[in-house]
Amino acid sequence: MTSLNNASAAAADAIAEEGLIGDPVPLWKQTWKRLLRKRSGQVGLIIIGLLLLIAITAPVIAPYDPNDVLIGTEHVKRREAPCVHLLGCDINRPQHIMGIDGNSRDTFSRVLYGTRVSLMIGLVTVTTALVSGVLLGAIAGFFGGIADNIIMRIMDVILGFPSLLLAIAIVAVLGPGIVNALLAISIVSMPAYARVTRASVLSVKTLDFVSATRALGGSPARILFRRVLPNALTPIVVLATLGIATAILDAAGLSFLGLGAQPPMPEWGTMLGTEKDQVFSAPHLVFFPGIAIMLTVLGFNLLGDGLRDALDPRLNT
Amino acid sequence: MSALLELRDIKKSFAFRKGILQRVVGQVNAVNNVSLTIERGRTLGLVGESGCGKSTLARIVVGLFPPTEGEILFDGLQIAGADIPIDPKFSRRIQIIFQDPYSSLDPRLPIGDSIAEGLVIHGIGDTKSRRKAVLDILALVGLPPQAADRYPHEFSGGQRQRIGIARALILEPEFLVCDEPTSALDVSVQAQILNLLKRLKGRLNLTMMFISHNLAVVRHIADDVMVMYLGHAVEVAPVNELFTTPRHPYTRALLSATPIADPDRRGERIKLIGELPSPLNPPSGCPFHPRCSYAYDRCKTELPAMITAGGSRVACHAVEAGKLPPA
Repeated sequence: MTSLNNASAAAADAIAEEGLIGDPVPLWKQTWKRLLRKRSGQVGLIIIGLLLLIAITAPVIAPYDPNDVLIGTEHVKRREAPCVHLLGCDINRPQHIMGIDGNSRDTFSRVLYGTRVSLMIGLVTVTTALVSGVLLGAIAGFFGGIADNIIMRIMDVILGFPSLLLAIAIVAVLGPGIVNALLAISIVSMPAYARVTRASVLSVKTLDFVSATRALGGSPARILFRRVLPNALTPIVVLATLGIATAILDAAGLSFLGLGAQPPMPEWGTMLGTEKDQVFSAPHLVFFPGIAIMLTVLGFNLLGDGLRDALDPRLNT
Repeated sequence: MSALLELRDIKKSFAFRKGILQRVVGQVNAVNNVSLTIERGRTLGLVGESGCGKSTLARIVVGLFPPTEGEILFDGLQIAGADIPIDPKFSRRIQIIFQDPYSSLDPRLPIGDSIAEGLVIHGIGDTKSRRKAVLDILALVGLPPQAADRYPHEFSGGQRQRIGIARALILEPEFLVCDEPTSALDVSVQAQILNLLKRLKGRLNLTMMFISHNLAVVRHIADDVMVMYLGHAVEVAPVNELFTTPRHPYTRALLSATPIADPDRRGERIKLIGELPSPLNPPSGCPFHPRCSYAYDRCKTELPAMITAGGSRVACHAVEAGKLPPA
């Protein structure tokens, strides 16, 4: 006991201020810095930044209206190969760097406008699925018991179907169209968010800082939305970023089958679907929309990967 | 002196549920008929090995869950009863410090906000006055004011424990539960935190319940000690009485297991036989009888009641019958 007394008397008031050097850095800034340090985060951000830029400035950079049929206005043939002046295409011919599609439209302009559609699809579906899934998962995990059982069994049923097949079934019932396709994709991706949220909430709600807020007299709503959810969100943010990629891919798949975006909407999946029979005679018509889908999906996957590491405040510099 | 906190026959059992219908398939009695009184201004030390119900008792006292049976009186008022948790409005007066300084602070919140949360929940003051209160309490626990805008990961274990103390004390509680506040810290830091608690206790006129499995720590800080075994209180005594004349066989075994930093003064070590029984399947009669060398027939069938022996209160048939040699 004497050792306890001696050691403490001197030390008690002289607390080392170790680790408190420099100005305090807000958490989001630390996260941003960590994201920028990772290669996957950098590349993902660049790709998505470019896509956003294209989506916003599409009317400016697109040489043609995406739905303009060029027969009669220009001397072009259907499904004509790309003509790039820099690569030696005759300077007198109009430039179409991704060629002409089966309806005599400029493919490049359509791919550019397709960025808008795809990003919109990704954001809308993931937001819908995220909000509903996180809410259901949080309720299931936080309150447990019967609510947990009912919610999670419904989610299990949805998960029991192959997701694209269920989406097709839903669209078949609701009728084809971009809005119904988005709804279908939201429904099939919701259980993933519910599950991850529930698991995350279950592990966070037992931590002492949650008990501390409870002991301070905090209401259940305060505990769930201020303490538990923000700390349970890391895996969900990552999942959502990766989910945008999946949603874009699923929507392209539905459109490819003719169940999603309807012609003449410049949607990459629809573009692939309408020209799929010409893969050998006019490969540029499936190549460029395909590349666009791949780049977008890659961008979101890389960003999700980078976010996973960046979002943990404990992995500090 | 008046009793600030009184527990009457507190019992807490956790049910194991299984299947879709959530049928109860078994239960653990974490705390069994524990009664205790803590007078204003005193510190009760709670000791016992892992799983004996110390932390469960602490969490009942701060209202994290309701007792299954029994009642809690605070300052003469009944504040909790069977399946009724403590009214949140009493949270201003009863606070807790947690064991693990790494999980007791929200990693996404600057510690100033963590500390101020109690004020926000209870609607005390405005942004400016809360900030001032945070800086004052930081100074009180020995942290610099610039700490307020930092995140928990920037602090050491000892510093975090100070932050936890600041958060508990900002509501100016009368009663503080310390759930093993030093067991996750280095020895030198343990001493700092213990002395800080002792100093604050005198300064703020706190009444404390101090949980620990470290007997030296309890001896240093407590006025009275309660020893728990498998959810039962087996002995309650003033600290000196307990350490000089332990009465319950389990208390004796516990004390003899404390290492003495003197090679010539190795005490006789009482070795307990057998394992700690599973709380799922507790022994009949006295919970300690399978491991007790003084146990006789009565211990196997009848749960001993608390009796007064000298300055202590003990739950042991052998003590009652005078069958125990003096310590």
